[in-house]
Amino acid sequence: MSQPRVETLPLKTSNDVVYARQKVRQWATELRFGLVDMTKLVTAASELGRNALDHGKGGEMRIEQVGNGPRVGLKLTFEDQGPGIADIEMALKDGYTTGSGMGFGLGGSKRLVNEFAIESAPGKGTRITVVRWK
Amino acid sequence: MERIPVLRMGSLLLITIQVDMHDKLAMQLQDDVTQRISEWGSTGVLIDISSLEIVDSFIGRMLANIAAMSRVLGAETVVVGMQPAVAITLVELGMSLPGVRTALSVEAGMELLYGAGAGFRTGNEDEPTQG
Repeated sequence: MSQPRVETLPLKTSNDVVYARQKVRQWATELRFGLVDMTKLVTAASELGRNALDHGKGGEMRIEQVGNGPRVGLKLTFEDQGPGIADIEMALKDGYTTGSGMGFGLGGSKRLVNEFAIESAPGKGTRITVVRWK
Repeated sequence: MERIPVLRMGSLLLITIQVDMHDKLAMQLQDDVTQRISEWGSTGVLIDISSLEIVDSFIGRMLANIAAMSRVLGAETVVVGMQPAVAITLVELGMSLPGVRTALSVEAGMELLYGAGAGFRTGNEDEPTQG
């Protein structure tokens, strides 16, 4: 029981994003994720963490272990109080970007996880929840 | 200050990325590589990413930027040593590193850079054969 069930990490700087994805790797290792599954989840965490930082002016990431019968997975929740996303469908398209990136962040991250949900509205910030099953 | 070393090997620059990249480190590396190319007249840049456990779009963009900047300065870049899980993830993410040449190992990357000599092939064009 050394592992807490939930962990919340700040996403205020570029270093926080690096630290947050290291934490995701640590959790995935403890749950014995396969290498490819782990790499996909950690990469998605990096994309979404950076997204919260660049577009949401910083926020936080919550890691939790989820279980569904014999299935075990990790759920990551990214929350920011930024300007929000007006057109979510558009934001999920490859190549769509409002920042200096290449626009693979959201759409690409969606492909790297099993479940993906966005809640956002202009002025209300953004919450992105992803789950990757082991 | 934390910095990624840029080593000189003949006409090549050798860079091994072993730390988790963040913004400042990436910017510093771009500065250092372009500076060294112009200072030493390097014609090739070899970037070993075999220790990287992930390549996200930020790192992918940095690699593409370094390759583009180096090319403008007359040096070709080869990225070597990508782990298979990283390759799978990168392609699924939607980035196949266009404009960045890759090789499996440092040796293969060097062969590519040295073998290229003066006429560096840029992409997948077929060499016209003389009959």
